[in-house]
Amino acid sequence: MSKDERFQKRRVDWENTIVKKTTDRFPERKTEFTTSSWIPADRIDIPESGDFDNYTEKLGLPGEYPYTRGVQPTMYRGRFWTMRQYAGFGTAEESNERYKFLLDQGQTGLSIAFDLPTQIGYDSDNIVAEGEVGKVGVAIDTMKDMEILFDGIPLDKVSTSMTINSPAAILLAMYVAVAEKQGVSRDKLTGTIQNDILKEYMARGTYIFPPKPSLRLITNIFEYCSAEVPKWNTISISGYHIREAGSTAVQEIAFTLADGIEYVKAALKVGLDIDSFAGRLSFFFNAHNDLLEEVAKFRAARRIWAKVMKEKFNAQKPTSMMLRFHTQTGGSTLTAQQSDNNIVRVAIQTLAAVLGGTQSLHTNSRDEALGLPTEDSVRIALRTQQIVAYESGVTNSIDPLAGSYTIEKLTDTIEEQVWQYLNKIDDMGGMVRAIENGYVQKEIQNAAYRYQQEVESAERIVVGVNKYTIKENPPSDVLKVDPKLRDLQIRKLVEVKRQRNQEIVNQQLNELRLTAKDRDKNLMPVIVAAVKEYATLGEICNILREEFGEYQESIVL
Amino acid sequence: MMKKIRILIAKPGLDGHDRGAKYVARALKDAGYEVIYTGIRQTPEAIVKTAIQEDVNFIGLSLLSGAHNELFPKVVDLLKAKNADDIIVFGGGVIPESDIPDLNKKGIRAVFTPGTPIKDIIAYIESAR
Repeated sequence: MSKDERFQKRRVDWENTIVKKTTDRFPERKTEFTTSSWIPADRIDIPESGDFDNYTEKLGLPGEYPYTRGVQPTMYRGRFWTMRQYAGFGTAEESNERYKFLLDQGQTGLSIAFDLPTQIGYDSDNIVAEGEVGKVGVAIDTMKDMEILFDGIPLDKVSTSMTINSPAAILLAMYVAVAEKQGVSRDKLTGTIQNDILKEYMARGTYIFPPKPSLRLITNIFEYCSAEVPKWNTISISGYHIREAGSTAVQEIAFTLADGIEYVKAALKVGLDIDSFAGRLSFFFNAHNDLLEEVAKFRAARRIWAKVMKEKFNAQKPTSMMLRFHTQTGGSTLTAQQSDNNIVRVAIQTLAAVLGGTQSLHTNSRDEALGLPTEDSVRIALRTQQIVAYESGVTNSIDPLAGSYTIEKLTDTIEEQVWQYLNKIDDMGGMVRAIENGYVQKEIQNAAYRYQQEVESAERIVVGVNKYTIKENPPSDVLKVDPKLRDLQIRKLVEVKRQRNQEIVNQQLNELRLTAKDRDKNLMPVIVAAVKEYATLGEICNILREEFGEYQESIVL
Repeated sequence: MMKKIRILIAKPGLDGHDRGAKYVARALKDAGYEVIYTGIRQTPEAIVKTAIQEDVNFIGLSLLSGAHNELFPKVVDLLKAKNADDIIVFGGGVIPESDIPDLNKKGIRAVFTPGTPIKDIIAYIESAR
């Protein structure tokens, strides 16, 4: 086939406009990129001939609609993804130490894990918190704990991701208040709250309130942040946990984007302008072992979301159409058997995320099927990202797998199957309905069951589990959380309560109740006021439980 | 004909990881047992109450948050207090090997860690019935 000049022209236009605009402000890491043997690596490779219109419509160029090839025009030539290890356990003091260790090791952003009582809105002294305090994350009862957690960490210098959903408004309020105490203004704060309730109902389980008031809290946060904390990512719409619950790659994307559509609809319904909040939506996906399928999945997700935002919601700003995402390697792919093998799995998954164009990445540690990771394991996990970044060369050219017959076919197939789910969920009346009637849970469980049956029958090989097994001694160095930690946390809570002004706290909580009753009011300002007076997370959530009610799981088996 | 074995699969504590529990529940059902699943975030009290009401022979507890040392023995103790300690309790989840001897001592008769084939769980149930 003869060369089609339009391709080259398109590329030159792209270089002279969008790329130039970016590199003028943010120069690339190097002036020249080459392979390890000094063969020049171009910023982008595109076809020389073929169906030009089809190429433009489906792939385009990085930083351009439909963003299949990436959301930024220079991608990792400009800067690497943010290496962000999810961490937190025990007390705020212990977690603060781990964060400082990670920052010293070259990590570029923080990611806070909270314990389950915090995530479900219970103080550490609540009876249901027994055995859970400080286990899967750090325990936060009051703003005092947050002050300790970020002690010595300047909040205008780090970006912080917080895995918090139902009580996201409260933890965000505490963060804003701690920043204020450090002398950092709100408009300088960067980070993310997960704030994605819908996937909690179908996969993760840390819900408190029913869907309606939960969606109100979410849109209240959108509105508050667009005025007060403009650089904050107000939601991280998560497929990670859906995949961990056993979904397929297609379902992961379909159900996550369906959740995203539901949040956008909720925000439009309360009168927000699409372009005022859509650019602050971010996503969170999983990376599993099937390398090519995963890369195709990320590319398909970007293309679909761009279309949804442009065509369904009529967004105008490019940033509203860009699907930016965080990735975590697949926890459920880790094996307890021969756990060092997990280092290899994580390396493949890291490649998948990077070849798929992720904005940030958490790599799991080899020992997480056994318990909390040790410091050595966490270091190897972080080094895995650094090796891919600095040594593998896959960061030199953007979207380097594009144009592969297999990758493009997989991308198209995943897109098509995702649209089928999206249309079906739309026909059901949206994602809230699809969750309430158990449809989504059933789809995920069927996939999980099928997968596990294949592993049981050894139709699907998991190395070290159903093939190449060996006799092993149990691992010796598993990190343990001190069981006495709950008593310590309760003592701290009692002390904070003794020192605060109870009368003002009561006033603030009463104000919160009145605001909760009025659906047209934004809850954020009263929550910020309450946490500043050291009202506890549990106290605030209890008022909201009384006003909003609690969600009951619809059990599907 | 022998009476069908009844099994309660339960999720104590606050952890929402129910993939394993749901898989075991469904696989045991497929193997011919009568299985009841509690759903997530159950207190030990609620689990014991359901177990007695449903007249089960086994309780399978699943936990991935690390609260097993506190919550598993509590279920056993409550069963004793209700004179229902003929119900056999086993457990599963992310549970360090080093915790298992102590759990066995406290009345959790078997603990199944990640990667256990379902046939091992069935073999255990058949040997303990």
